[in-house]
Amino acid sequence: MDLKLSAEEAAFRDEVRAFIAEELPPQTRAKMLLGQELAKQDVVDWQRKLNAKGWAVPHWPAEWGGRNWSAMQECIFLDELQQAPAPTPLPFNVSMVGPVIATFGSEQQKARFLPATANLDIWWCQGFSEPGAGSDLASLKTMARREADCYVINGQKAWTTLGQHADWIFVLARTDPGAQKKQSGISFLLVDMKTPGITLRPIQLIDGGREVNEVWFDDVVVPLENLVGEENRGWECAKFLLGNERMGIAGVGMSKQRLARIRELAAGERVGGGTLLEQGWFREKLIGAEIELKALEIMQLRVVAQAHKRGRTGTPDPYSSILKIKGSELLQTTSELMMDVGGPYVLPFANPPVGPEFAATTAATYFNFRKISIFGGTNEIQRNIIAKAILGL
Amino acid sequence: MDFDLNDDQRMLQESVARMLASAYGDFTRRRTYQEQPDGFDRRVWQEYAQSGLLSLNIPERYGGLGQGAVETFFVMEAFGGSLALEPFLTSSVLGAALVRHGGSEALQAQILPHVADGTAILALAQVERNSRADLGFVEFAALEDDGHYVLNGDKSVVLGGGAATHVIVSARTAGASGDPLGISLFIVDAGSAGITRRVYATQDGMQAAEISFRDVRVPAAAALGVPGQGLAILTRGVDEAIAGLCAEAVGAMDALTAMTVEYLKTRRQFGVPIASFQALQHRAVDMRMALEQARSMAIYAALCVADGDEATRRWAVSAAKVQIGQAARFIGQQAVQLHGGIGMTMEYKAGHYFKRLTMIDAQFGDWRHHLRGLAARAA
Repeated sequence: MDLKLSAEEAAFRDEVRAFIAEELPPQTRAKMLLGQELAKQDVVDWQRKLNAKGWAVPHWPAEWGGRNWSAMQECIFLDELQQAPAPTPLPFNVSMVGPVIATFGSEQQKARFLPATANLDIWWCQGFSEPGAGSDLASLKTMARREADCYVINGQKAWTTLGQHADWIFVLARTDPGAQKKQSGISFLLVDMKTPGITLRPIQLIDGGREVNEVWFDDVVVPLENLVGEENRGWECAKFLLGNERMGIAGVGMSKQRLARIRELAAGERVGGGTLLEQGWFREKLIGAEIELKALEIMQLRVVAQAHKRGRTGTPDPYSSILKIKGSELLQTTSELMMDVGGPYVLPFANPPVGPEFAATTAATYFNFRKISIFGGTNEIQRNIIAKAILGL
Repeated sequence: MDFDLNDDQRMLQESVARMLASAYGDFTRRRTYQEQPDGFDRRVWQEYAQSGLLSLNIPERYGGLGQGAVETFFVMEAFGGSLALEPFLTSSVLGAALVRHGGSEALQAQILPHVADGTAILALAQVERNSRADLGFVEFAALEDDGHYVLNGDKSVVLGGGAATHVIVSARTAGASGDPLGISLFIVDAGSAGITRRVYATQDGMQAAEISFRDVRVPAAAALGVPGQGLAILTRGVDEAIAGLCAEAVGAMDALTAMTVEYLKTRRQFGVPIASFQALQHRAVDMRMALEQARSMAIYAALCVADGDEATRRWAVSAAKVQIGQAARFIGQQAVQLHGGIGMTMEYKAGHYFKRLTMIDAQFGDWRHHLRGLAARAA
């Protein structure tokens, strides 16, 4: 038993670290550090740099740019990006639709979409959730009516993250309303966002930002060739997509970076005759979070070690649900600690901002981070998974 | 990175599991062991000795196996799962560590082979009325007198102090009661003139003792380490014990979580197994998550004790004690609640896990003590 990186892994980590230090635009890093919104171009430019290096889609099949990295390498890579902090490759592209097309798509679809998806020439968004279909995704109502030479989509999608930047959307829609089981009769369709009949309306979140959207489909015509996999078997694609093991789900690198920064900032905040960092209650809360981080880091290594043994099975390790729950809770704790650091300067909702630079986004981030235990399968859904898959309940 | 056991470790794990299954497979036996004078069964202890278990942490030159904290982890984890009563932690882990780190060659050669064969049982006498868990607070006095030290004072809640053949006592040879310097460790024959012991049961079914020393003379050669500089040795030994205790807690939490999940599946109310209720499922999941986080920290602590610099070791051990203390309380309380009335009874095993886990938090400083300690250290 030991926790050390092998010489190759350590060399890989150093290579990733050096690449980020060399190539990450300082402005992108500064925005990430201050919790500011990235421009579309910031994300695109960075992903293209990663793609040029061969690092945008390392977990894809080799013929489409995959690198056959070990789970440990993937883990190191994402942790280093998060710690920088640098944007991670766009998940809708690299973790969601890309692997689905690579697994279920036709050769034509692969050639048409995969290189552009890896290079972020196409920005994808996700058309899964609906106002009436959240955790119970299979109850979705959006319809895709089959015509002679096309599908016609009608319905409404919700919580479409960064849809405002998207060129294409991947949609789950009902193609057989008469199917016996609600999971049957759903298809996975690729839709150009410029198609007539699509309306996108931003939803403002409690932090004031507009990262999610509603998307309406009103007689949207989609060519038959944009169906991925078989008609009425889109649920298999959805399950595959949702079950794709996502390294980095624990956000270990992000929490590490945030806690280090909190420590640094707290040392500069005056409280009484000393600093915030010297306050007993604050130190105990911070150290409590640092202990949680260490436990999470070891837990992640245990899951990685298990992944080495399992190989790529296509079904997620249910222990990654523990990583999701504990990781999201820890990120939320860091956002609370930042509120403690911000003090009175968390109050202003002002433009241009008031007070120290770091404080401007503190409250917004706190409000925004509440989403982490809701998206990607709520923490309650994760508990259902653990109850079933680990405890056998 | 590697979480696998090597062949020797796997064999050790299997052999411990076998011995524990035969000694504790029938849980009612635990009570009969408790009722024996030492609070544990001498035949079980003898079996441990014959298997080599008690020599695990003893260097090979003194007849031991010369293994370390990782092996101790597996043994203690298994002990926790069985609620074993024998003083393995206090004697073979803690006591042996203090002698190893502080004892002269002669002293080690004199004591350690007997720890290895089980004929000597060591116990640490550290707690005093005013010390709480602070290893550096010592009022117990040792005065130098013509090549000897004369010990006077009272030590409290000496774990395993009843069966101990030797007591390792922290004493002040210089300085004021809270000074880190001036603390000395002595190993004393428990039968020495001037020692009186009051032995009693602890809440978790083990034993401890109040020990008073009245003009107890020990030779200067009985000192562990340089007199006055015992705190570092004491801290290191206690860190090793805490790492072992954390592993024991993991074993106990694992067993308690498993038996709670099993109970949910079998207990029926309203015509269905209560496992079908989501409120209960999620509680069980939260127990399991607390267990896995605790296991991660206990592994980390063991690895840092085995192979880490002092600062890393001290942080890891305290951090693990914080994590384990909180997890132990949470899992213990949840387990009793999910079991309902049966969890409250003395005859059922779950309550005994709860009791042991609660006492583990209280040993060597509870989680708040360690969190405060981490906070007090320089950033």
